[in-house]
This record gives sequence, structure tokens and C-alpha cells, in this order.
Amino acid sequence: MAKITYVDHDGTERVVEAKNGETVMEAAVKNSIPGIDADCGGACACATCHVYVDQAFMDKVGEQQEMEKSMLDFAENVQENSRLSCQITISDELDGLRVTTPESQH
Amino acid sequence: MDLSDAKKIVILGGGQAGAQAIQSLRMGGYEGAITLIGDEPSLPYQRPPLSKAYMKGEFAEERLFFKPAAWYEDNNVELILSTPATRIDRKNQTIEMAHGAHVEYDALVIATGSRPRSLPLEGANLENVHDLRGLSDVERIQPQMIEGRNIVIIGAGYIGLEAAAVARQMGLSATVLEMAPRVLARVTSPVMSEFYEAEHRRQGVDIRTNARLARLEGKDGKVTAAILEDGTSLPADLVLVGIGILPNEELANEAGIACNNGILVDRDARTSDPRIFAAGDCASRPLVHYGRSSRLESVHNAIEQGKLAAAAILGKPRPPEDCPWFWSDQYDLKLQIAGLSQGYDQIVLRGSPEERKFAAFYLKNGTLIAVDAVNSAPEFLASKKLIMMGAKVEPDTLSDTTVSMKDIAAAAAA
Repeated sequence: MAKITYVDHDGTERVVEAKNGETVMEAAVKNSIPGIDADCGGACACATCHVYVDQAFMDKVGEQQEMEKSMLDFAENVQENSRLSCQITISDELDGLRVTTPESQH
Repeated sequence: MDLSDAKKIVILGGGQAGAQAIQSLRMGGYEGAITLIGDEPSLPYQRPPLSKAYMKGEFAEERLFFKPAAWYEDNNVELILSTPATRIDRKNQTIEMAHGAHVEYDALVIATGSRPRSLPLEGANLENVHDLRGLSDVERIQPQMIEGRNIVIIGAGYIGLEAAAVARQMGLSATVLEMAPRVLARVTSPVMSEFYEAEHRRQGVDIRTNARLARLEGKDGKVTAAILEDGTSLPADLVLVGIGILPNEELANEAGIACNNGILVDRDARTSDPRIFAAGDCASRPLVHYGRSSRLESVHNAIEQGKLAAAAILGKPRPPEDCPWFWSDQYDLKLQIAGLSQGYDQIVLRGSPEERKFAAFYLKNGTLIAVDAVNSAPEFLASKKLIMMGAKVEPDTLSDTTVSMKDIAAAAAA
């Protein structure tokens, strides 16, 4: 289990209890977090679950695979802490994770 | 028709489109009643993993569900599951259900999806002959996916080929029978067909194109073999039929709503009855980037039309319409498709099939209309943008891997 805080682009915070094994995207969708569209349901096929990962967690969320890298390359407003949330799997280690959603996924 | 004072909305069908419509209605601020009527017993779930990771057992069942049960309660969505709707009574604005009860609506979203085309041959009803459409199908198939067994797959479309990949990865011996001269004949070009056929062969799948299936043979009611017209007998412990799907348009049709290979809708997903919308596999919609109407069998389409219907009911601006897009996972190959390639007059290749990383661009009169991108996300994403712009792109530029797709898209937008 991990508590995940989703911060939207105007600063509103929403805290979700996420289960180990599901992804940061899935926890968001199941809890109707606005700002994460996830149009492909987590297949790394659409790049609509873009988030900014809190710096303190950058070394805990795992490495980007090549597919994710190239998908992100086409997202809007990419930063060095940009990730696709469907590619981050929840574990105890991520308890307290904060991610911020961009203004738009398209 | 202004439906923004609707108090009772009924969603018919709990697939991707229906689930999206519900989500978009609530996110859009609608506070009235929502009733979902679905004939399956489970909460709305996503189908793509059924022929991929879920079939392989690599994807927990609860991850298939869009929302947990509590979400529907918290959001005041009434779920009527395991219950086929039997009639749309437009005069009284009610839906009749199999058990005799009915539900009233001010606005209705038909998201009844599609059903697998059944095999019109002797032996199709034998035990261990399966379709692959719903969770209950996978529950039947999965226990039979045992190393060393023989699976015969009828139809080399995406479902058939994805299942063949899973079967090989699980150690089954897999045969794919295809009537057409090549795999994926209905959906892609010969160059892609050739690539996928070679890949499946390399992975040990026995692919038989131009195959004429005569019948399925069984013993004690269970399938044992697939018999071809030339007499060839292929041993089968289980058979998977993947020969296309048909839209579930009967309820709409019987209610006098205009249908023509799908329930006809306008850009807002509205049918010929202004209170009734149709979304997903069951609908035939205008394709704004192609100047024609068609059914689309895809997640993107289901989501988009679910959003379009919800926005139209709530009187909100029409959400953006993407060009159609699709994906298919087979082995370590991620195929991403943007656009519709029908009617192309030129194919341009970028990258190399040998390296399992390439794209086939489809042009018509110099305009990019579609791409099949294998392990090539930039080609897919840039093409989506280019297709929506209606961009003309020089074939030599597209094939030049020293020019990035990002630059190509940027140049076209300039």
C-alpha cells in the first residue's frame, strides 16, 4: 500500500490509497483523479497519463523504458521529471509519492 | 434537442464506451440518475488485455475493472448487471429488460458493443471451441492453455494473432488458419502482413493462409481436429474463432432508429432519435478526417464517442475528435496504428523490418492518411498529428531516418 498525492495544475491535492502492483495511472483512474486521461488503459500506447514526479521520488520510481521515452518526447510541456504514470508500479517504497498533472494531456 | 435538463440517463452496455459515458457525465457535473444496464455479470472492464497480458495470467483480474464497486455507489450510479435489455420503447422513453421490469430515460446511450461472428460450419458448437470477446470467454479458455496442447486459431486478424502469440509464449503448439492469401488482410498492407507472418513463423506458429476450413471434428462432444477442404486434419485440443465482429444494433433497429452496419450517429454520437446516442463498436460515425462514415472497432473510438455523447447530453462543447488509432501487442512487438489506410496509393517505409523497428506510412495523393508503426512510438505520435492536419509529406523525407519525426511534424505545422 502507498499513499499517493495527485496535485493538479492549479494546486488542488487529492490523496489516494494505492495497492501494490497497480500503477500510478490505475490508482488515479479508479479514483477519478482529473488530469489523467489514460486513453489506452495502460498499454503505453497513447501518452495521455503524463505526470511530473516529485524530485524526492525520482530515484524510486524506476527507469524509463525506451518506449516510454519516445512517447514522452511527443507530450506537451515535458520536464526532466516527466513520466507516464502507467509505467510506474506502486510498491511500499512509493508511500508518500507526490505527482503533479499537467494542464492538458493533448 | 436540448437535454441539459435531463434527470434520468440510461446507459445500455457496460463496455469501454458505456463506462466512459458514465465517467464523463459525472465529471461533467451531471447530478441526476444514471442507470447502467449490462448483460454481463461483472463490473465494466477493459477488453484489450483479454487477448494479451490477462490471457497469459500476467494481469490481475481486478486491474481489468475501470472502477471499483464502491465508485458506482459513491457516484450514485445504479448497476443492473447480468440483465439483457429486450426493447427500447421510444414512445414511453423506457428500456424493457429480460426479467420484465423497465427503466425510464430522458436520454439514452446505446453502447451495446459487438459480438463475434460465429463459425458457419459443422462442429462449431463442440466443446472447447471458443470465441474471445468477454471475461467469461477467457475464463473458459485459460484453463486449457496448457503447455504442449494444440490450439487451432481460425482467422488471422489481430485477435487471432495476439492469441497465437500468447499461446506460443505459454508453450502450446499453435496453428492459425486464414482464408485470405495473407494475415491481417482486412486491416493492413502486404508489407505488414509479410512481416507479421514471418514473425509468427519464427516463433513457431504454423500459419496457413488460403486455408479452407471444412469442419471441426469431435469426440464425446469435444473438439479433436480441424479438417480442411483438401482433407488435411489438424489436431486440436481447443479452437479459437476470431473471424470478425458484428455490431449489436438489433435493439436500435427494432426501435426504428436508423442503422446501416452500425447505429448511424452524427458527430455528437446522436442517433436519428435526438434523445438517443450510440457509442463504441455498435455505432457508425462520421470520420471527420476522411469524409465518410464507418464503424470503428477500437478503444479510442469507444472512449471518444462516450465523451461526445456525454458532452452533447450536457450541452457542453464537442470534445476533440482524434484520427482513429489502434494498437496490438504480439511478442515484443508493439504495433501502433494511426489513421485508416484504406484507399492508399503509396506506401513509404521508414526504418528496417529486420531490426523489428519500422513504420509503414500510407499516402493518398501525397497526403498522409495512416501509419503502421512497429516499436516506433515517434512515427505513430507524429503521424497522428500529421493526419489530423491533412498534411502532405514528401516520401523521401518520411523515409529519411536522419530527419526526426518531431521535426517532420513541426515543419508540417509551420
